[in-house]
Amino acid sequence: MTPGLALRSLRGQRWIWSFIGAAALWVAIAVSAEGYGAGATLSVAFGFATFYVIVGIGEMLVISTGSGNIDLSIPSVMTLAGYLSMGVTQAQDERLALGVLTALGVGAGAGIVNIVLIRGARIPPMIATLAAGFIMQSMSIAYSKGSTAKPAPLLVEFSSARLFGLPLLAVAFIVVALLVSLILARTVFGRSVLAIGQSERAAYLAGISVPKTTATVYLISSMLAGLAGLLLASYSGGASLDMSADFLLMALAVVVLGGTSIAGGRASVAGIWGAALFLYLTVAMLNVFGVSIGVRYVITGLIIIAVLALSESTEAA
Amino acid sequence: MIAAKGLARPRSTDVARLLIPIGVLVVMAVSMAVLQPRVTSYIGMQLVLSFALPLMFASLAQLSVIAASDIDFGIGPFIGFVNCLTAAFMVTEPLFCCACLVGCALAYAGLGAFIQLRRLPSIVVTLGASFIWLGLALIVMPTPGGTAPEWLSKLVRLRPPFIPLPIVAAIVVAAFGHWLFKRSSYSVVLRGVGSAAASVQAAGWSLVVARSALYGLAGIFGIISGLLLTGLINSGDANVGTAYTLLSVSAVIVGGAEFAGGIVSPIGAIIGVFVMLLAGTLLSFMNVPSDWQLSVQGALLILVLGARLILRRRT
Repeated sequence: MTPGLALRSLRGQRWIWSFIGAAALWVAIAVSAEGYGAGATLSVAFGFATFYVIVGIGEMLVISTGSGNIDLSIPSVMTLAGYLSMGVTQAQDERLALGVLTALGVGAGAGIVNIVLIRGARIPPMIATLAAGFIMQSMSIAYSKGSTAKPAPLLVEFSSARLFGLPLLAVAFIVVALLVSLILARTVFGRSVLAIGQSERAAYLAGISVPKTTATVYLISSMLAGLAGLLLASYSGGASLDMSADFLLMALAVVVLGGTSIAGGRASVAGIWGAALFLYLTVAMLNVFGVSIGVRYVITGLIIIAVLALSESTEAA
Repeated sequence: MIAAKGLARPRSTDVARLLIPIGVLVVMAVSMAVLQPRVTSYIGMQLVLSFALPLMFASLAQLSVIAASDIDFGIGPFIGFVNCLTAAFMVTEPLFCCACLVGCALAYAGLGAFIQLRRLPSIVVTLGASFIWLGLALIVMPTPGGTAPEWLSKLVRLRPPFIPLPIVAAIVVAAFGHWLFKRSSYSVVLRGVGSAAASVQAAGWSLVVARSALYGLAGIFGIISGLLLTGLINSGDANVGTAYTLLSVSAVIVGGAEFAGGIVSPIGAIIGVFVMLLAGTLLSFMNVPSDWQLSVQGALLILVLGARLILRRRT
């Protein structure tokens, strides 16, 4: 294989670039800290990236069905699920199961609302999920007054547990990511999602139930967001109103930077992990350099736009 | 006859499109007047509606981008940045400040060219840009402070005879917007970017120029919005604009815009601004805690779009 050919086949596998970027950043951080704490940095990166990955998988499935499908309610679902599950659990281990059910229930409810608005009321997905998100966010605001937002001790332990030096949650969602890749590649549901994204009409004519598949991806997305809300609230010691503030951008960024086509029909699960690690390590590196929060925002925004421009142009080439 | 009919049809759908927001606005205004008769006075209206000034221009900015079938999730932080720039430098170094603002408008136009050239999804690009604007605002002004130049504070507190400033401004801005997006000779090309890009290109117009023009307009309207906001609050705050992103999207959509296809209505958007603004005030008149403000915003969007669907099925 000539170097040119190797490069071209690398370009076809766009998700690899996100890992190369993440690895380069990690090396840069390790070098600038003279190797001190490089392992710890990676472990923390995996810990934070997990949350981007959880919501990213759901967002990826929704975006993959094309036709403007997108889920902008993710951050609001996370916050509401975080608050309600903490409220139900009352920081008691015995009530933990109830809390988990609540988080998934909030997700399922949000998913159903999104589906009804999109398929029933024919509201464009972007506006429908945004409007549903408004309503959930204000429910969180109203609920946050005088409620406990502390997690159950068992859940805190679980969300920060480690396996072979990696966070347990990260390992779990590496497995989940592998499963989702398999589902996309090998199952009727997975192939249907991608087929609808490539051409909704062709998928319909091929006998795929478009409404059912679309409804399922929205439901999965919201339920994963609910789960992410519960876990993030436990991981960070409680729910807060701005706990998911960055997730509107991050959920989309990890999906698109990871190589999933925003027009639908092409998904990359591995890329989500790569992009999530890359984005977290970017922030970590800026912290190492001790830049102000303003500079950090500017550079994060510039990097997202630049990487997006580069990756989309390789697609066109 | 057929040609005349073909010409008449878009007009009538345009009117139908405006009926719903006008209806909602009338119901809101009447209930407000019943609940709190004092708002119908000159001073009352001036107070209740004062923040319509920046929101009108924020919504025109959003409308310019939605006309391209795009969405701008960065306009709020952009307005915040303009607010910080103005509050920090307009009094002490007006020339430098104006140069920065011109740069801002050019940056916005550049964003449009960039999205067109690279065929990028506007939602991710503008979300990324929102981080840049917020970051720049925080660099200019890490903590709230600064002051508005006197001419700006005076401008937003003008008292025209008989009719309060926000309403005079609304009429002028709506008329200007209508001319710009519906009547001016270039407006066909501008609206074509979102609805018939291939035809626009085939007719020999540059899509890069047209999309840059739309984004450049968004930048200019965003700057005006930021200036007016500075005049009203008399200081700078990096986070002050955040709410304007979603408020402006809501106002434009409630005002009759279709999300896909570049169908926009500047007059509708201005009505949408008042709907969004009055919804908040009405809520407080009804003693509903302000926590539910966002809910009302979401519910209004759903209601208006639902009503539009029903109306369309009838016709």
